Amino acid sequence: MTSSSADTSEHGQELQPRSRTAEALLEVERGAVLRLPEGAALDAGDVSVDDLDDETMIINLGPQHPSTHGVLRVMLELKGETVLRTKPVIGYLHTGMEKTAEDLMYAQGSTNVTRMDYLSPFFNECAYSMAVEALLGIEVPERAQWIRMLMMELNRMSSHILFLATNGLDMGATSMMIYGWRERELLLAFFERVTGLRMNHNYIRPGGVAADLPDGWRDDVRDILEVIPGRLDEYDDLFTNQTVWRQRSEGVGVITPEQAVALSLTGPNLRSTGVPYDVRADFPYLKYDEVDFDVITGTVGDVFDRYAIRISEVRESMKIIEQVLDRMPKGDYRSQDSKVTPPPRARIDESMEALIHHFKLFTEGFAVPPGEVYTAVESPRGETGCYLVSDGSSRPYRMHWRGPSFANLQALPVMMRGGFVADGIAVISSLDPVLGDVDR
Amino acid sequence: MPDAGPAAAAEADPAPGTVADAAPEPERRAGALVTSSLGQDVLHPDRDAYHATIEALKADGFAMCTDVTAVDYLLRPARVLPPGVAPERFEVVVHLLSLDPPQRVRVRVQVPEDDPRLPTIWDLYAGADFYEREVYDLMGIVFDGHPDMTRIMMPEDWEGHPLRKDYPVGHVPVRFKAAPPTR
Repeated sequence: MTSSSADTSEHGQELQPRSRTAEALLEVERGAVLRLPEGAALDAGDVSVDDLDDETMIINLGPQHPSTHGVLRVMLELKGETVLRTKPVIGYLHTGMEKTAEDLMYAQGSTNVTRMDYLSPFFNECAYSMAVEALLGIEVPERAQWIRMLMMELNRMSSHILFLATNGLDMGATSMMIYGWRERELLLAFFERVTGLRMNHNYIRPGGVAADLPDGWRDDVRDILEVIPGRLDEYDDLFTNQTVWRQRSEGVGVITPEQAVALSLTGPNLRSTGVPYDVRADFPYLKYDEVDFDVITGTVGDVFDRYAIRISEVRESMKIIEQVLDRMPKGDYRSQDSKVTPPPRARIDESMEALIHHFKLFTEGFAVPPGEVYTAVESPRGETGCYLVSDGSSRPYRMHWRGPSFANLQALPVMMRGGFVADGIAVISSLDPVLGDVDR
Repeated sequence: MPDAGPAAAAEADPAPGTVADAAPEPERRAGALVTSSLGQDVLHPDRDAYHATIEALKADGFAMCTDVTAVDYLLRPARVLPPGVAPERFEVVVHLLSLDPPQRVRVRVQVPEDDPRLPTIWDLYAGADFYEREVYDLMGIVFDGHPDMTRIMMPEDWEGHPLRKDYPVGHVPVRFKAAPPTR
């Protein structure tokens, strides 16, 4: 099984001294991503790239560093305080969820995927459910689609607000962390009322959602929509228009649109460079083609843009939620296709067939026709995609997860190069990586 | 020879014959055969043409490589392949994205079990770096020309490639007795 490893360049995953690093890898670590004509790939102007090994120092940032958001380990080559080379070393949270998925029935799968990007669980569940539904060829009821949109946009708000909190903390604004957690609590309390859980909801399932919205959900959502805008204005006063914040974040960790596209960046990190790619707008799913919202883009691609985009996206999400509130239809919250959906609880007490049907659905699961599909949703971190291969049985033959944070991390060498270590902290924070999504 | 000739022709005939019935001219795009999966165009280049196909697609406006992954078809489930593409154990699946107009394309290339190698597309898409490392780590497919073909998820001294279908699940030696006291 390992016959192939002998003739690869297999060596340590860590950042090696220059003398032991191939030229192409050095380029990657220096952040030269564009394959430009000879010599042009490295703008040696800002950092001298020809330092000797004994003039520089290789240090670890993480994996147990409070600003690395979990277990991200970044190895840096420094000259004094200047970052010359960067290499993210990941895998510390790898739990083999793609392999696990092959052993779970389709109905169980959403329990698995919801734990990947733990700050935006609804998006994982939705991407997965959409993939299963596409293979099954079933139509999801209108109400379920709007409920999904409602929950996902609320989730985007909670995720972005948590970003504002941790970003504030990383940049030295400790009070922002308290504010962010406070606002997020409102949203998590609503999630708990709807799904029973604050995180890892397993709420969006193949065929629809697990339960209808509880009584009084409209008032709860309205309460949230009344509180949050005022708080966002407070953030604007505290940070967006504040000199210290702007000087700390403007022009730091710049990435160009060409580099961002080449490095497969998605989400706010890509949009901060001015590329208006948003899965909701470009490949509308659910009912996103029926609601009105703006795709927020930046111009510079620096830490400040990435912060400002997220704060604006919270406002856009609220705009979408307002429309969802107006347009939420009545109807089923899950598909009535009895192949996928178990019979209602009350039927089981009176009908033997219903009991058998229920039993079979939960022991054998439902078979999904053979095929392959890729579905993507716009999560707070970018394009969350699910590539699902079915062999016709009741378990996926292969499930691959396209985690946006995984690709976004590739931008670190570009953004960090030539900056200070302290700027590096701001850069890592502004990428908003979730290591559960990176390692899966 | 006279015997072998018609026999070989008869053997070779059915496949092209059925193609002619289904679709008179096999559709090609960027030099690769095209099928469709749930409304998504899927390209099937052979291994030698893989890099050229990706390059042609990039020139065609597919600016971003959103995903590289692989599937192990060891258990031989049903899969759609155009006639003329021989199924192999591994299949590397690449998803490319064009931003303007928004469009996706999927490229599936067959990789044989006894020689699991493929040219890298890192020289075209810098973002394929982590993805190819992940495929190497978990599926054991080597990308020639990749600058850093090392494991990315598993520890660097790990043996085997966990996402292969013949890799045992939960194979951890179980100790049934308590460990002896250390002191």
